[in-house]
Amino acid sequence: MEALTWTGSLGTILNPALMVLLALLAVAIVAQLILGFFAPAQTLQSNPDGTIAATTGPLGLAETGVKYTFFGVLAIVIAYIVVPQVMPYGSAGIVGEISKRFLPVWISLIALFAVSIIYKRKLGLYGKLFDSTVGMIGFGLVMFWVFTAFFVAVFDMIATHDYLTVVSGLKNKGPGVPVPEGTAGLIPHYLLGGDNLARDIFSRVVRGSVFVIAIAPLATIFAFMVGITLGLPAGFYGGKLDTFLSFVANLILAFPVILLFYLLVTPEIVETGIPSYMAAFLFIFPLIFFGVLLNSRYYTQPAKRTAILVPVLGILGWLYLSVINQRGTVIDFLPAWMDLFDISILVVFVSVVFVNAPTVFRIVRGLTLDLRTRDYVAAAQTRGEGAWYIMLWEILPNARGPLIVDFCLRIGYTTILLGTLGFFGLGLSSESPDWGSTINEGRKLLLIFAHPALPPAAALLSLVLGLNLLADGLREESLKD
Amino acid sequence: MGLFILRRLGVMLLTALCLTFIVFWLTNLAPNLEKLAKTQGNARMSDEAVVSWLGNRGYSQALPIKYGQWLGVLPGYVIEGTDGEVRARCAEPGQPIEEASSFCGILQGDWGYSTVFKDEVGSIIATRLGLTGKLMFWVMMVMVPGALIIGVLAGMREGSRTDRSLSTVSIVSTATPEYVSGVVFISVFATATFGMQWFKGTATGAMDDATFENFFLPVITIALYGMGYIARMTRASMTEVMTAQYIRTARLKGVSFPKIVMKHALRNALIAPFTVIMLQFPWLLNGVVIVETLFNYKGFGWVLVQAAGNNDIELLLGVSIVSVFVVLVTQLISDIGYVFLNPRIRIS
Repeated sequence: MEALTWTGSLGTILNPALMVLLALLAVAIVAQLILGFFAPAQTLQSNPDGTIAATTGPLGLAETGVKYTFFGVLAIVIAYIVVPQVMPYGSAGIVGEISKRFLPVWISLIALFAVSIIYKRKLGLYGKLFDSTVGMIGFGLVMFWVFTAFFVAVFDMIATHDYLTVVSGLKNKGPGVPVPEGTAGLIPHYLLGGDNLARDIFSRVVRGSVFVIAIAPLATIFAFMVGITLGLPAGFYGGKLDTFLSFVANLILAFPVILLFYLLVTPEIVETGIPSYMAAFLFIFPLIFFGVLLNSRYYTQPAKRTAILVPVLGILGWLYLSVINQRGTVIDFLPAWMDLFDISILVVFVSVVFVNAPTVFRIVRGLTLDLRTRDYVAAAQTRGEGAWYIMLWEILPNARGPLIVDFCLRIGYTTILLGTLGFFGLGLSSESPDWGSTINEGRKLLLIFAHPALPPAAALLSLVLGLNLLADGLREESLKD
Repeated sequence: MGLFILRRLGVMLLTALCLTFIVFWLTNLAPNLEKLAKTQGNARMSDEAVVSWLGNRGYSQALPIKYGQWLGVLPGYVIEGTDGEVRARCAEPGQPIEEASSFCGILQGDWGYSTVFKDEVGSIIATRLGLTGKLMFWVMMVMVPGALIIGVLAGMREGSRTDRSLSTVSIVSTATPEYVSGVVFISVFATATFGMQWFKGTATGAMDDATFENFFLPVITIALYGMGYIARMTRASMTEVMTAQYIRTARLKGVSFPKIVMKHALRNALIAPFTVIMLQFPWLLNGVVIVETLFNYKGFGWVLVQAAGNNDIELLLGVSIVSVFVVLVTQLISDIGYVFLNPRIRIS
């Protein structure tokens, strides 16, 4: 087998065209930026016949240029993705093969966007997202990785080789290297080359998305549960409770994150069981949250309340016990048949929640301080509603806008934190395919072989960027209300 | 104002005490001490030997007492060990026990001894902080003006094309953690992969002799991540100021746009970024640790990694004190500075 080139026969036409268009785009953007400082604000000139004409000048020309060259670049990028789908294996090069591997993701993305755009007026805030370009780009990037993780984890698609298999002779080989005959794998090439243990980088990167997509949102949800459950009473009641909780939150925030990770995520600390106790403490907050949420709503109808609370708390309690109960740690009392799963990276999960919760607490507290003086709170108090009903059913829904935006940003931040942990090799096994660990593996030989570290770096960057753009789009759209 | 500063100082002191106690507790947990005994004494020690080794060196005392001794408010231990030798916390090597001072802790300026570097913790931290200070100085020189310029340019005409492109730039930079941008910069500008081998991929040489070639990449890597955030805050505060009544008055008087921005808007728009810049220090510390590891620049962050990775308890405690101190002092400066800069806030 021959090694794959980057773009194969497809590149002979598309590559020069892309280069020219990119150069033009760069020129147009620079021209627009420079002209933007000097050009006067657009002047409108009214003609005698009642029409109005805008003078555009060189700035207008540059803007049109940016627009059309950008569409040109976009068209070529789409061609890079679409055309290889009908070409035989190998003729479209590495880029073509990668876009073929992602075919299920492309289909899902197109379907999702088509459905969402058609029904966007009926979909509330989510639908409004499709009015903003930035929000759509961000959502597209995020969903790309969500779908990738889904197809890799559930159907075992996309990845071409096993992410742990070592193939001799492919150590640190560059992108598109052919694998020896008889190696297990869907295609006879390593699309993005081999890492320093001769494993397929492409498969490791797509496999790594499963870790991030599963852990980051979950950890953020837990941090929000803790932050909301403590932040609402702190802001609502104020006084000593607020002083104490704020002090503790500031205490955690004053800790340099990396120092905290180094202190918490070591085998010695795991041995003492501190992470298990922290998990037992932090993960009880969802139970409290849902218990209080439902109780405050239905306590006037005891029969209905019991009918709802018992199953909800039962299931949550079982999940809670399964999560904190770990083989071979201090908390290990459940019989094996009751223990649903063992999370091997509980300590990573706990420390990420622990670091994020104080910030959420501060945000929720600030919002509550602002919202508790509103008329609807006073109305609820006059009706004789309980304090927790007011906090959870009056204040919290009205604070949802900033909280949703912060949720998106915080998932991105959690992704960065997970990457940091992987980068320092804390709490994750060295074989773990997550992006931080892969970057850490790749950086050791970075000056000699640059290719192993770049794909996970690009993947992490695109996911976090997508989340930030999504948050920006959501903020913009929610402000329009 | 004086009372406000005093109260803030009190809270800061309390926070520092709590944080150092937590670090002290975590580093003095039984498994950590056992590891220490085995690395310092003999790797194949029996459990009894570990216990007596720790007992002889004062590690088996109650935690608050150990913390008090380390802090320097309780007299250091003098223990006659099971092996008959008398050891005192404050005795220098070779110094007779009777001549040793009774108090030796952080307050007396005795930071302890590093087991990894075989040197006094105080002197290690001083030299490494100097190196990191050099890095931080240049980071600040790049980051602060860059962020303020981007933020002011973006915020002066809200919704314009300049605003949108610069805002996108700042979003991209906040979405790029140091370990991503550092790796990308090294592979693009320090290897032959893309044919742009303009800079050095390590900053080890910059410790003695910093040049543009070996120092630019680490500085820009840290600066980029913080820059986007500060720029966004500056933009937000600038847009807010630009919609204020007095700016409209100035426009209606016929003051030119550049003059409005420079003379009227800028001063008020820079209050909020000041606090943000100060509060960025804890995050910069993160960046410093990552970048110093990545570029092999042996400064404060690198020492933190070495101390934590090798269970060097006293060095780790020293490092924690310094970083907690930096964080708290910048918070204090940010609070006080905000009050000073903003005449509308009067805290009695």
